Amino acid sequence: MIRLETDEEKHINFMERIYAGEKIEADDWMPDEYRNVLIKLISMHGISEIMGALPEKEWVPKAPTLKRKLGIMAKVQDEMGHGQLLLRVTEDLIKPLGKTREDIMEDLFNGKLKFHNVFHMEAPTWGDAGLIGWLIDGAAIITQTNMLNASYGPYARALKRICAEEVFHAQHGEAIILALAEGTDEQKRMVQQAVERWWEPLLMFFGPGDAKAVGTSKQDITAKYRIRSKSNEELRQDFFTKYVPRILSIGLTIPDPSMHYDQEQEKWIYQQPDWEKFKEIVRNKGPKSQERLRLRKLSYENNEWVREALARPNDAR
Amino acid sequence: MTELTEPLFKKAVVELLYQLADDDFILAYRGSEWLGLAPHIEEDVAFSSINQDTMGHAAMYYGLLEQLGEGDMDTLSHARGISERKNAVLLELPNGSGHYLKEPRYDWAFTVVRHFYYSHAKKVKLESLKHSSYEPLAHAAVKISMELYYHLMHWTVWFNQLMNAGGEAKRKMLEAISRVEQDFLDVCSLGPLSAEMASLKLIDGDDALMQAFHENMKPVFDALFIPYKGEFQQHSGKGRYGEHTQELHQALATLTEVYRTDPAAAW
Repeated sequence: MIRLETDEEKHINFMERIYAGEKIEADDWMPDEYRNVLIKLISMHGISEIMGALPEKEWVPKAPTLKRKLGIMAKVQDEMGHGQLLLRVTEDLIKPLGKTREDIMEDLFNGKLKFHNVFHMEAPTWGDAGLIGWLIDGAAIITQTNMLNASYGPYARALKRICAEEVFHAQHGEAIILALAEGTDEQKRMVQQAVERWWEPLLMFFGPGDAKAVGTSKQDITAKYRIRSKSNEELRQDFFTKYVPRILSIGLTIPDPSMHYDQEQEKWIYQQPDWEKFKEIVRNKGPKSQERLRLRKLSYENNEWVREALARPNDAR
Repeated sequence: MTELTEPLFKKAVVELLYQLADDDFILAYRGSEWLGLAPHIEEDVAFSSINQDTMGHAAMYYGLLEQLGEGDMDTLSHARGISERKNAVLLELPNGSGHYLKEPRYDWAFTVVRHFYYSHAKKVKLESLKHSSYEPLAHAAVKISMELYYHLMHWTVWFNQLMNAGGEAKRKMLEAISRVEQDFLDVCSLGPLSAEMASLKLIDGDDALMQAFHENMKPVFDALFIPYKGEFQQHSGKGRYGEHTQELHQALATLTEVYRTDPAAAW
């Protein structure tokens, strides 16, 4: 006689699979909690890639040389490509719930789906364009590398490709920053001011150290399901270890006098960002949140006729 | 190969290269203004790839001008004034109303039609340039053609799909076609030295290029059951003669904003 597995048995088998290092695929059974945490994580990642094109958009035509124009065009195109890849992964996860990409966009517009804090910020100079490539993409490499072995196969595979491209972006950003840091006084000032603007958002990028700071944290669930391994704080410390010496070595100053490495505690000591401000920013109350959502929404409305035309059968002449 | 030491030959090569470079430079810019605003994410990815290719083509042409002693490519692309620009006026016109960062209400039909027509015209020129008496240009034409193949395929799909969709889409497309044709003569023109360019075998003359263009376009319209008139005008000015609209002023102000803060600096 065939006996159907109970949900509890399915759950036990599932956990055994991920602890044995097996990958879960889109059509496999998975606990609701796992599906929901993946949807939240991957849709947020995907939409952040797309919203992340907007602060850089301004600098695509303004890039100061042909080489830089080509470089930033290639970079932003990659980011859109990452967004597309991740939305495809999300679409498979939301399909059993009867949802589509339209719902993802709706959630973005009504504020249910959040995007990364850094993409709510202003990028007023060419120095910011370079810094986004160098340090924001550098930070993204650190958080994404942490999930390369994620238990969910489609996400792990997408991240492998994304991380490979992010390395190029970080090099592109670093090249812009080095040129400015070795340049005229005005160029040096431009890059120093960008560091000052982006330092706090960069600390926030890794998320709060624990739930105390902002009330909730998905860290425990993502660790339990082997989606990520390191904690937010460990990732932030990795970022400091990699980038603080580099920032200082090109003559830039970090806008935190307390910043230093404590040999005894074996960790970086730094001024915590304002987590209340972080909460406001990701609730779409950052300096550029509404303007960027407006751009996205306007294009969505403005092109409605195109989507309608594509959905119509071709013989409807 | 005719010698570059002949002043007329060099003058004609330089003139042609400016037209080719400026056309791609300004259209790549108009395309890049769409970033993040395209009808769907897949199109955003594809369109930005096309813009990147097109900016790359401009860079190749500016590079050839640099080799001819016209100045370095960044100066050529960023520092030349509006009356020195040789791009066709159609290509400098905005994508629609609004600014690329503020309230853009861009017209996808106009964009599809402009790119579709331009890609066809570019293909006709490149086919001719592959046999150019100026060898570096013939080599560039071969390389650029490889990428243009995909651009043309891309815009053909959009053109046919929106025309076939009927209703509002078709109405918008027909409007866009008539708008593009009002200024398309300029795209097909080779300007004041066109006769010399043809006699020096740099590229076919205006008439031959135009005929090839019509031969490529007519079957597309026939398949859509739309009459192909092929009557083009140049309402907004003759770009090959340095005549441009206010729109180019604004476009260049954006394109050169950072460069102009310190043209001598290394960026």
